Amino acid sequence: MIVGEQKPLEEIKELVADYERILVLGCGTCVTVCFTGGEKEVGILASSLRMATKIDGQGKVFDEDTVQRQCEWEFLDAVEQEIKEHDLILSTACGIGVQAIVERFPQARVAPAINTTFLGLPEEHGLWTERCAACGECMLHQTAGVCPIARCAKSLMNGPCGGSQDGKCEIDPEVACAWQLIYDRLKAQGRLDQMLEITPARDWSTSRDGGPRRLVRQDLRID
Amino acid sequence: MKSGSNLEKVLTEGHFAVTSEMGPPKGTSADFVRKTAEHLKHCCDAMNVTDNQTAIVRMSSLAACAILRQMDIDPVMQMVTRDRNRLAMQSDILGAVALGIRNLLCLTGDHQKFGNHPTAKNVHDLDSIQLEQMIKTMRDEGLFMSGDKISGDVPIFIGAAANPFADPFEFRVLRLAKKIKAGGDFIQTQAVFDIPRFTKWMEMVRDQGLHEQVYILAGLIPMKSAGMARYMKKYVAGLMIPDELVKRMAGASDAKEEGVNIACELIEQIRDIPGVRGIHIMAVAWEKIVPEIVERAQLLPRPIV
Repeated sequence: MIVGEQKPLEEIKELVADYERILVLGCGTCVTVCFTGGEKEVGILASSLRMATKIDGQGKVFDEDTVQRQCEWEFLDAVEQEIKEHDLILSTACGIGVQAIVERFPQARVAPAINTTFLGLPEEHGLWTERCAACGECMLHQTAGVCPIARCAKSLMNGPCGGSQDGKCEIDPEVACAWQLIYDRLKAQGRLDQMLEITPARDWSTSRDGGPRRLVRQDLRID
Repeated sequence: MKSGSNLEKVLTEGHFAVTSEMGPPKGTSADFVRKTAEHLKHCCDAMNVTDNQTAIVRMSSLAACAILRQMDIDPVMQMVTRDRNRLAMQSDILGAVALGIRNLLCLTGDHQKFGNHPTAKNVHDLDSIQLEQMIKTMRDEGLFMSGDKISGDVPIFIGAAANPFADPFEFRVLRLAKKIKAGGDFIQTQAVFDIPRFTKWMEMVRDQGLHEQVYILAGLIPMKSAGMARYMKKYVAGLMIPDELVKRMAGASDAKEEGVNIACELIEQIRDIPGVRGIHIMAVAWEKIVPEIVERAQLLPRPIV
């Protein structure tokens, strides 16, 4: 899932400072599942902002709504009227949701209430960790299902580096060394020979380095 | 000869090699480079120049190596994959050759988190093993990574690092084998303090016959104080310092003298391990002690080849 984290309230207060009628717009998909920007969080954020701005003596209106998926225009069309009636849309969706609103409603002013952090999973209660870098050319079959691009601090293709100690990465004792995980899994499965082969330099053109990416599926195109 | 560097000649002729290391200044002084180099020149066969070590910005390794060449010193230019992509690395390699630099040590580099620009973007277009492969292709096939032809030769003696003290221990020798396969001609190891572990690692190296495929230089860091010993033990990932050595440093009336004693003892023990072909002394910010250590370890004068 796409994981996000709400911006500090002080920062959000600055984002809404110049506006009077604000729609806090949530998203019912990824950010709902990671408890960052779904209906419930929209409610809490809107009340916090109402209180905070009231204390500051500002007469702002904060309305709330949540669509099922902010990243698809058809779901946004359902709240078109609401979007047009507000002078700021404070989106609690990921960066894709924010941009979807902007593209569908060119007049709308939109501000992000969350930081889109990474593609990951809930490892424990209240702990999410990164798993995928969306590099565009998956190599998980070579690395025992552990992604070194997303999970090695240096995205090494032929790790582990000299900073791997006691299974941890040199950058943080809380971070597992991805290459230790790869080693352990390959060893347990009797496939260590896979790690003896040199992985050649990658073609990063499938990644963000190749420029903004497009995916065309001719079978799904209408014309 | 792959490169004709002094280091390559010394190793090829079977001498026990000595390399030392200098960290370029956090500034523009060529004099600083010259003074440090002048001090180390007579007691080593080649001199490493670090590349933004611990991710702290310093004068470029390439520029400092060029200054060493003007002094007739054989530099080992360190290159980390953290700060440059394949385009920048290849162009720097061409420039290095043009300036007479013949040894290159391929490194991944410390994470930028540890340095003075922790908010920087890191590159890692290649890793250190892929960097070796790239240089080998440039040297042996005369080709850029793209397959385009290079005009002129690229005589580089390819170096790589090995850390016998990092985990997983059993994989460390296999990773060394990968580094040799990728093109490594010589290896400089992480600093050795834990002789039993290094001995064990070398045993595994010999079991695979790797000591006959690559020149291994054992790393050495002279300890200046008990505080430094404790700091390295606690904070430097991939470094193992036995408690006994920390105790000796703490109990010594003259810590610097004890540091030199320990360094000389370590060299003696390392020299007895079959397959070790030299020593790499990393006394960054304490370069002035290197001549004394090399002399006391009876490694002077350095061979003229």
